[in-house]
Amino acid sequence: MLKIVVLLKQTFDTEEKIVVTPEGVDERDAKFVINPYDEYALEEAIRQREKHGGQVIAVTCGPERSQDALRTALAIGADEAVRLDSGKLSDDSASVAAALAAVIEPLKPDLLLAGLFAVDSGSGSVALQAAERLGLPHASSAVKVDILTAAELMALPAAGETGPATGQNAERYALVERDVEGDTETVAIPLPALITAQQGLNEPRYPSLPNIMKAKRKPLRTLTVQELPEEASLAAAAPRTVRTQLLPPPPRAAGKRIPGSPAEQAASLVSLLQSEAKLL
Amino acid sequence: MPKTILVFAESRDGALRRVALEALGAARRLAGKDGAVHAVLACSGGAAEEAAALLARGADVVHIADDPSLRAYAPEACIAALGAAMDAVRPDALLLGHTAMGRELAPRVAAAHGAGHIADVTAIEASDDGGDVGFIRPLFAGKAFERRSFTPGAPWVITVRPNNLPAAEPVEAAERKGTVQALPFTVPPLYTAVRSLVRRTGGQLDLAEADVVVSGGRGVRSAAGFEPLQALAAALGGAVGASRGACDAGYCDYALQIGQTGKVVTPQLYIACGISGAIQHLAGMSQSRVIVAINKDPDAPIFGVADYGIVGDLFEAVPLLTAELQRVRS
Ligand SMILES: Cc1cc2nc3c(=O)[nH]c(=O)nc-3n(C[C@H](O)[C@H](O)[C@H](O)COP(=O)(O)OP(=O)(O)OC[C@H]3O[C@@H](n4cnc5c(N)ncnc54)[C@H](O)[C@@H]3O)c2cc1C
Repeated sequence: MLKIVVLLKQTFDTEEKIVVTPEGVDERDAKFVINPYDEYALEEAIRQREKHGGQVIAVTCGPERSQDALRTALAIGADEAVRLDSGKLSDDSASVAAALAAVIEPLKPDLLLAGLFAVDSGSGSVALQAAERLGLPHASSAVKVDILTAAELMALPAAGETGPATGQNAERYALVERDVEGDTETVAIPLPALITAQQGLNEPRYPSLPNIMKAKRKPLRTLTVQELPEEASLAAAAPRTVRTQLLPPPPRAAGKRIPGSPAEQAASLVSLLQSEAKLL
Repeated sequence: MPKTILVFAESRDGALRRVALEALGAARRLAGKDGAVHAVLACSGGAAEEAAALLARGADVVHIADDPSLRAYAPEACIAALGAAMDAVRPDALLLGHTAMGRELAPRVAAAHGAGHIADVTAIEASDDGGDVGFIRPLFAGKAFERRSFTPGAPWVITVRPNNLPAAEPVEAAERKGTVQALPFTVPPLYTAVRSLVRRTGGQLDLAEADVVVSGGRGVRSAAGFEPLQALAAALGGAVGASRGACDAGYCDYALQIGQTGKVVTPQLYIACGISGAIQHLAGMSQSRVIVAINKDPDAPIFGVADYGIVGDLFEAVPLLTAELQRVRS
């Protein structure tokens, strides 16, 4: 039996145009989805539950609209969901991590799963900061996860860049293949632990119609920062960083089409790269 | 106001990564003339060459954490070494590369030291009068940017995107006054047992740090179709990348994928061959300094971000380009 908490965030669909206005990014008519990396984390949680039994709790920190992402997570297969209302919370990663750690702590998960990063803020900081606060080890950028008992891990053929790690003395372990800038590293870490999901971990499923109907009756709680233990709500109220400006991307000068026969094009391009772009 | 800045000088296969020198350059600017720049090296069995390289580029103190626990990479061992450096130096800011390592170390060190974290920084706005420092970083995979600042009262942790900030310049031999120190640290209980490391990038130049990237898409049509691209990359001293379309089709390893769910690259020159320019691909390369697109479809969206476009067949254009480069060079 595994109790698994999945951290997820609702983000703009990756196809969406981003319109920067003085009030912030324009959200009108935008389509929102579960952050693609978090979808891998959620799918992995459900697969591990299907294999080992247990429970999957989806947790988000977000505004009211992110309720939809949790409903989708329930329809995909999570058993319960919790939304920490981001209303009074800054967008600073330390604040969000302090608040989320306080939400996760009483759930006492065996496994904490999250996406490698959220495609909107692109920081990849919150889950790891939460793990640090919770004292959990981590393996990041997972492309394969196996949960093993201590006996099963011992029974694996001896391998190792390092010997058995000194801090390992647990009932269960995660054997994780990690993507490290294109290389693949295999590590074993004891549970409870945080694992972050990289593309390639699995193929996320779509919710079926009956499951969408069933999801409407699954428990979905909403919490506010004020309901958290005092220490956490204080930390959450003391952001370490603030956004001072939101900017559109720097404009790119209009490009040139290079005319001529293929050989002429190659010659012009090389000369333009040298003379105009000051390259080569 | 002069500042004390600590740099995590990441090395790989026994050599400093270029992003470590870029972080050092940023550290020198943030520290100011009268500030101090410290660097920390994590190694097992000495790092004299790396330390010398850091001193040559203006580090004031290089701290070497040398321990067998740092041989295979266990994040908790590295975090302990970095934590010891934080406690010894008490810096105003810690800088790391936004690399596989920096991305996972920075948040943990920040949380452990009550620091703030600004990630994936592509530019730094620091005024000489010591006013507010702004960190520019992409949002929505480069579809917007934000300027972020730290609130007073806590240390800063910053990860910088490779290839975006100028590397620290060498200082005159006469002006090198830096020193090297051993950094003692307590090895924590190690949780991570590294069982194996499989190199899939085939020893090619690291994509994120390459000055030139030649990328192929579904238009390359097969694994063999990548050969002319490899030849062009070799002629330019660059690395080969790919779209997800090419990876999904099995023409190349996913290790080469560039884009929203792959690597983010910002080379001086990016050459896209047979890539349509889907928004998720642009997310990984649109900040490159100069973009060249080769595509037979004149309406392909990749031309919208390209500085130079060739409408044509890549199997014709790419070898001609390689030959032309070799001709002008000789
Ligand atoms: C959540 C999500 C994440 C994604 N992440 C990424 C990502 O990280 N990176 C990424 O790349 N994609 C990503 N994608 C996929 C993306 O949407 C596109 O499907 C993909 O980039 C298309 O790859 P392509 O341009 O190689 O293929 P295609 O779109 O099929 O384009 C092939 C191009 O080759 C041209 N061509 C064909 N033959 C020739 C020839 N002989 N000479 C010259 N040109 C030729 C064609 O005109 C065409 O423009 C993601 C998608 C989703 C939904």
